[in-house]
Amino acid sequence: MIPLSWYLYLAAGLFALGLFGAVARRNAVAILMSVELMLNAVNINLVAFWRYLAPAEIGGQVFAIMVFAVAAAEVAVGLALIISIYRGRKTVAADEINLMKW
Amino acid sequence: MTVEQGIFLFIGFVILFSAFMMVTRSNLIHAALYLVLVLFGVAVLFVLLDAGFLAVVQIIVYIGAIAILMIFAVMLTRGNVTGEAISMNSVFGWGLLLCSLFGFALIIMLGQWPGAAALAPALPANWNEVSELGVALVSPQGYVIPFEVASVLLLAALIGAIVVARPPQKDE
Repeated sequence: MIPLSWYLYLAAGLFALGLFGAVARRNAVAILMSVELMLNAVNINLVAFWRYLAPAEIGGQVFAIMVFAVAAAEVAVGLALIISIYRGRKTVAADEINLMKW
Repeated sequence: MTVEQGIFLFIGFVILFSAFMMVTRSNLIHAALYLVLVLFGVAVLFVLLDAGFLAVVQIIVYIGAIAILMIFAVMLTRGNVTGEAISMNSVFGWGLLLCSLFGFALIIMLGQWPGAAALAPALPANWNEVSELGVALVSPQGYVIPFEVASVLLLAALIGAIVVARPPQKDE
């Protein structure tokens, strides 16, 4: 039997790695990938809490499905933005996209 | 150590190792392939948690759609991307500090929480995950409003992505 804490520790580590990627990577596509890591860590937590604390309520899995839907929408719009920026400025490095910097 | 624990430890190691490689590789195609490995490991975790339907959805939606979309985006924005000399921005040291502090704080707080040692209770008798989930998603007592809002969100994101990514038209 696996204790609940193992899943929570793993999700915490995965979230911290994803946060590091989102903060430190230069490439905008890599930043989006790191955001996916964080969403996956949250999903692990949601499903683990459903299984360990409320297995009779299906709500935990419904939450995870909502996270899937939001992640798909986020990736579609984010990649469209990146491709649009690349078409105009020929770069996807996040520190060179400074058009709106004051 | 039971078989489940062994599988969990192996998969957890694969997930954390692949996630570390993903955020540190400068070749984005390699990073995307490591991302696929992470997503697959998470699907295995869902199976361990008795959420088989979510594991299938994870593989279809994340690996089949999102990761492939990422690889397409990497290929469409090539040039200065792969083989890029510096893959981290200038403040990545601060990012490293912030994320280690954040991760250690999470782990310390988890260690102090008494409920973390809980073991999984048995599932209810005659548990049918797919039918429970399907009924909950369309029943008015369940989650029909979030379900419909999510479908509108996906439609809006689809149209928005097409509009944003379309090349500028001549007559506009």
